Amino acid sequence: MHIATSSAFKENASKALSNSGLQKALARSGPSFIARRAAAAAALPEFERLRDTARDIKNHALANLDFYLEAYETKVLASGGKVHWCADAGEARDAVLAICQAAGARTVTKGKSMIGEEIAINDHLEQHGIRPVETDLGEYIIQLRHELPSHIIAPAFHLNMEDWEAAFRKAHTDLPADRTFRERRDVLIEARTKLRSQFLVADVGITGANFLIAETGSSVIVTNEGNGDLTQTLPRVHIVLASIEKCVPTLEDATSLLRVLARSATGQDFSVYTTFSTGPRRPGDLDGPAEYHVVLIDNGRSAMLGTDFQDMLRCIRCAACMNHCPVYGAVGGHAYGWVYPGPMGAVLTPGLIGVDKAEHLPNASTFCGKCESVCPVRIPLPKLMRHWRERAFERHLTPGATRTNLALWAFLARRPALYRMATRAAALGLGWMGRKTGRFAHLPLASGWTGGRDLPAPEGDTFFARYARQQRTQQAQ
Amino acid sequence: MSKDSILTAIRRGLKRGKLPDDQAAMLRDRMQQHPRHLIPARSRLPHAGQVDLFVRNVEKEFGTVARVADAGAVPAAVADYLAAQNLPPRLAMAPHPDLRALPWASRPLLEIREGRAEATDAVSVQHGFAGIAETGTLMLPSAPERPVTLNLLADTEIVVLRASCIVGAYEEAWDRLRAELDGMPRNVMLVTGPSRSADIEQTLELGAHGPRRLHVVVIEDTDRAA
Repeated sequence: MHIATSSAFKENASKALSNSGLQKALARSGPSFIARRAAAAAALPEFERLRDTARDIKNHALANLDFYLEAYETKVLASGGKVHWCADAGEARDAVLAICQAAGARTVTKGKSMIGEEIAINDHLEQHGIRPVETDLGEYIIQLRHELPSHIIAPAFHLNMEDWEAAFRKAHTDLPADRTFRERRDVLIEARTKLRSQFLVADVGITGANFLIAETGSSVIVTNEGNGDLTQTLPRVHIVLASIEKCVPTLEDATSLLRVLARSATGQDFSVYTTFSTGPRRPGDLDGPAEYHVVLIDNGRSAMLGTDFQDMLRCIRCAACMNHCPVYGAVGGHAYGWVYPGPMGAVLTPGLIGVDKAEHLPNASTFCGKCESVCPVRIPLPKLMRHWRERAFERHLTPGATRTNLALWAFLARRPALYRMATRAAALGLGWMGRKTGRFAHLPLASGWTGGRDLPAPEGDTFFARYARQQRTQQAQ
Repeated sequence: MSKDSILTAIRRGLKRGKLPDDQAAMLRDRMQQHPRHLIPARSRLPHAGQVDLFVRNVEKEFGTVARVADAGAVPAAVADYLAAQNLPPRLAMAPHPDLRALPWASRPLLEIREGRAEATDAVSVQHGFAGIAETGTLMLPSAPERPVTLNLLADTEIVVLRASCIVGAYEEAWDRLRAELDGMPRNVMLVTGPSRSADIEQTLELGAHGPRRLHVVVIEDTDRAA
């Protein structure tokens, strides 16, 4: 099981900042994601309007989710598939295990699935003697290293070439020890060869779903490698893991969402393989699974409907928010302590594991707003993080010193005259104290800042005074 | 049962009961009409322009394209491609009537096996149902005569596509699929270029688990002046 360490975000973040391998990976990969998305968005004049469309489609689907899920199930059944409704992670794990056991499965291949991480399905299968094999290249090394993905679309975001080589040498002991890994291609070819044999022996293939389509009863996966397609095509049984909010009405709705998904995620116009699966093998088909199961999982989603956090259910897991987040860019994904990192994780994680266990995450933000500005379905992530901060404060989860200082600040902020007097006194006082060097290496009550860098001494007046002066000058002109 | 409790929880969240009949009828109607949303203008071109855009986009995504004047020229185009890539002249080919009808006998050195792909196949030949110009995407619906494994297991996939099957936007391809096939096929792959991964240091490498090469042979069966 993945024990959430989200409550230790501060400690995790400190470790991340001094982890040179991680810092190297973040410095290399962060900027390229941002540039690629920007180029893809700029190349499509309609991109901003497509984001509005995407938001509206998801809102419509969520407002009628009960209807569309029932319509979807009807279509799955009509195509010969089965739907297993699961209220929580435990039910979902049991459903998957039961299907695997009924199939007499020993090896299960897996496509990349965040809900699979969320319900920790691999551990559950292993405990019951079934061997899960991750087939997405990034997930494969994550499994070899027994860790969580550090990014929702690039699981091995935190790793460097030397980590790949080390993990492969340790795991693939049947290969010659003197083989060389000169370039990335050598890693890719070794993984391709190793995994090809797994695809062929697997009894069950488990994939996630980017969308479920009510009109046709289809599940949709989006990959670049083709591993998801091999996973769902070759074994005798295909299991789809999907959370309830993935359901959209029609092929046209899914198509419109797909237009913003890849562009926001990797900056591609379209991913290499976008595949719509509908039921098991048909009469005359030469390939495809004999059984098709959808494990449909709520696990906290329905409880977000009708709350401040309903907007979060629009998320299509593109990862643009974390790619553009300065906090994620500094500490990487593992610091967030559970399955979902970055701004979307900071909003979703408290909803799924409880704000008491994830109180730090909504605070791990500078509120720069970049995440919301790039979200393809326009989720107001900073606003939702603020809602979690309010809830944590209301439930007295915020530490005492923070509460006292916030209360003091609130007292002043509600009394503008007093506030201006206090800030003016502080600005003048600090300015005088720091008049020699222009900065403080140490300052009482500010060790959180000065522990890592100098605090500049205020120069001259407060912001308010300066603003008022400027306004007066402008009016005079 | 969890189905009922999940649906009840959803309705509780949405602060309503089961949808009234008239509203449910409206949603059923929306699914039946499947209205289109905003479609980017880039593919709104005369057909010849759509074909050109399709070819440009396939090449942009690291695929290759050979354009031939008529169906009779396909076997030669395939044989030439294999020779140029130094590939063995052995093909696993979709048992599709359009592919069978091609004059393969004109290239007696090509060894052709019809059926699904096996892990040992180096080259597959697939029947292209539609090409989508918007992003250079192939639509490959599964059928007994169009096995899915041909899109996945071989190192090199060759897709034979008629230019008349190239459309502008995805929505037009869906409409063709609805019109020509009997309901939603078991599997519909939208393929844009050869397999790739950027999981190692976020740097693109071609040929992850699927084909390393994707080659499209376009049969120019439409009047370019039209």
